[in-house]
Amino acid sequence: MKNTEKTNLAERNPVEDIDQIVRRHNVNRGATIPILQDIQNTFGYVATEALTRVSDLTGISESELYSIVTFYSQFRLQPSGKNIIRVCHGTACHLAGADKITESVMHETGAKAGETSEDGLFTVEKVACLGCCSLAPVVTVNDETLARVTPDKARALVIESRDAEKEKTGCKGECQHGKPAV
Amino acid sequence: MEQRRILLCAGTGCISSGALKARDALLDELNKRGIADQFEIVSSGCHGFCEQGPLFVIHPEDIFYCRVQAEDIPELVEEYLINGRVVDRLLYMDPITNEHIKNHMEIGFYAKQNRRVLHNCGVIDPENIDEYLGSEGYVGLKNALHMEQVAIIDEMKKSGLRGRGGAGFPTGMKWDFTYKAKGKKKYIVCNADEGDPGAFMDRSVLEGDPHAVIEGMAIAAYAIGADEGYVYVRAEYPLAIKRLRLAITAANERGFLGNNILGTTFNFNLKIKEGAGAFVCGEETALLASIEGERGMPRPRPPFPANSGLWGKPTCLNNVETFANVPLIYRIGAEEYGKVGTERSKGTKVFALTGKINNTGLAEVPMGIPMREIIFDIGGGVQHGKKFKAVQIGGPSGGCLPEEQLDLPVDYDSLTAAGAMMGSGGLVVMDEDTCMVDLARYFLTFTQSESCGKCTPCREGTKRMLEILERITQGQGEPADIDALEELAESIKDSSLCGLGQTAPNPVLSTLRYFRHEYEEHIVEGKCRAGACSNLVTYHIDSENCIGCTVCAKNCPVNAITGERKQPHEIDQAACIKCGVCFEKCKFDAVKLK
Repeated sequence: MKNTEKTNLAERNPVEDIDQIVRRHNVNRGATIPILQDIQNTFGYVATEALTRVSDLTGISESELYSIVTFYSQFRLQPSGKNIIRVCHGTACHLAGADKITESVMHETGAKAGETSEDGLFTVEKVACLGCCSLAPVVTVNDETLARVTPDKARALVIESRDAEKEKTGCKGECQHGKPAV
Repeated sequence: MEQRRILLCAGTGCISSGALKARDALLDELNKRGIADQFEIVSSGCHGFCEQGPLFVIHPEDIFYCRVQAEDIPELVEEYLINGRVVDRLLYMDPITNEHIKNHMEIGFYAKQNRRVLHNCGVIDPENIDEYLGSEGYVGLKNALHMEQVAIIDEMKKSGLRGRGGAGFPTGMKWDFTYKAKGKKKYIVCNADEGDPGAFMDRSVLEGDPHAVIEGMAIAAYAIGADEGYVYVRAEYPLAIKRLRLAITAANERGFLGNNILGTTFNFNLKIKEGAGAFVCGEETALLASIEGERGMPRPRPPFPANSGLWGKPTCLNNVETFANVPLIYRIGAEEYGKVGTERSKGTKVFALTGKINNTGLAEVPMGIPMREIIFDIGGGVQHGKKFKAVQIGGPSGGCLPEEQLDLPVDYDSLTAAGAMMGSGGLVVMDEDTCMVDLARYFLTFTQSESCGKCTPCREGTKRMLEILERITQGQGEPADIDALEELAESIKDSSLCGLGQTAPNPVLSTLRYFRHEYEEHIVEGKCRAGACSNLVTYHIDSENCIGCTVCAKNCPVNAITGERKQPHEIDQAACIKCGVCFEKCKFDAVKLK
């Protein structure tokens, strides 16, 4: 389970990175989405400042770029949590109880669907079909697909990665690390 | 000594069941014993039987092992690979006869299939072009390049191939329109934006046999006079994108793509465009808008893409499975191709079997086979011996068929007449625990959130329909709701701009057609017979069955369950969030749904 540890926009020279990305693609209209995808791959999200820079370089208006970023569900305008938990809500997963899985993940992380938990450890997303219908219900954590999940397994999964995180940071649990104070 | 070939399925399904860990364990074990050189280990594409994954097939004897986990490997190596003793427990067990089956063609799931499009999936290494070539790959392209363009199109018309993506438009006619369209620059586009929840055959074809799609596209490009093409793939399919990218590079190196293909004057350059997560991009004009870098919103037709498509140039769009059929037609000829299938639906169709069915996975069957055979013979019937209720076909655009429609032949026209549609071929089987109103609500939630918002009937109409369905599933339905749903459905169908809106009401109309009584029960009696609508059900503990083991109380995330050890427990209804954990955890059948 790899964390999606993307470099923070502020920690490097983002303008240079963005310029490089735009230069890599031919500046024609068809390249708009690939440019934005590369920006998201580099920084983990598409910051509004990045849109300004892309607009300056390509001549495509910021509002148009913004309309594209908000149209496609892949793009995020906010940084994600350390781990992205995606719960598949395709038909097969729905029948197999995806709603209950999402509820259980939301309950355990304290984050609503589409949001990031307060401790920054988890972003929870409800997604359309991941195409693993024969193994429903399916959850992906970062780049790993987990098959035949139950609400209970989902809960355990969150607890497990939170504990792993505690171990890494050396927190002994007294700081409520990872769990919002009840 | 000749190497034995071990094929392991490395499709997304088997990988999530642990195929890669098992492969690593196998490599380790063989190396440890110093016999690695006796085996050729091939990671193949999807074998179809995802439910039994990870799958291992060992040649030449063609023995089929399933659900092989890393910890099974030492035994498999010792017992079978070295000592030749079959490991029974890793064989497929027939659920009815309880017999172990060694060869996959004897398994019900495979026996009734006719794998033409999937013939390479699970058999060759998709990342090795030589394996594709060894399986008569690019023979169709070579044959086509010896034909006149018109003759290629005529052959396609003769084959009777219809689009496998949804509507079933004759492929030959589409090619003909684009061929005849005015303009020098033309495009070929492959729609691999497989967004229908419950369908994953395109993903499996791209993962398991990417060269078939490339070959099909090259033939189409030559026929219509295109020199450039795009494959528009969902970003949710990273493995498919990776394998397709490798395949395109290899095809370029070997002269099956690029300039002067196979020594002719035909040039064809193929590129990949990754989608960014919008279901509406499966609609052809929206897909083209997305390639052009815009929001994926449909455009009014006409003009059709055949005349004015990508960047305003004539463009031919077909889906993955359609293209994967093409090489076969030019390899064996249209006449031979058309021997399978029905009069108006030729060839085979790949179905994704999912839901409450025993054998989930991908199955390719001849068109015209009765639905019952797909569900009960190939699919092995309903899970846990429950009663079959309905099968949903065609995803959010399709409909459902009840028990009495199961003898219907599966072809484009019969399905449409029954209120469903072929769609992309997702078959979701439902049992008595599925609420049909909830299912309709589910699909409307999907189409509503995926509606691009360009036209009012789809944007507003689906929203209103969804509101009504949400009310009904929450027990607040009104008697007039059913009429309102039907009226809205008809106007959305008639007046929406694109296929998404025009077909969005289908799940509601078809559930109303066959399961109207369930809507009425929700509205009049406030009852959900399937126990799926959480507002209409509550969890209770049966004090006779409860032995007071405290497992439910320990697992309740909101501490709503109380009780002394060894005494029957109770659920505080005010605190209960109806998550169902207690129901799942109880080993004594004491937690009941009411």
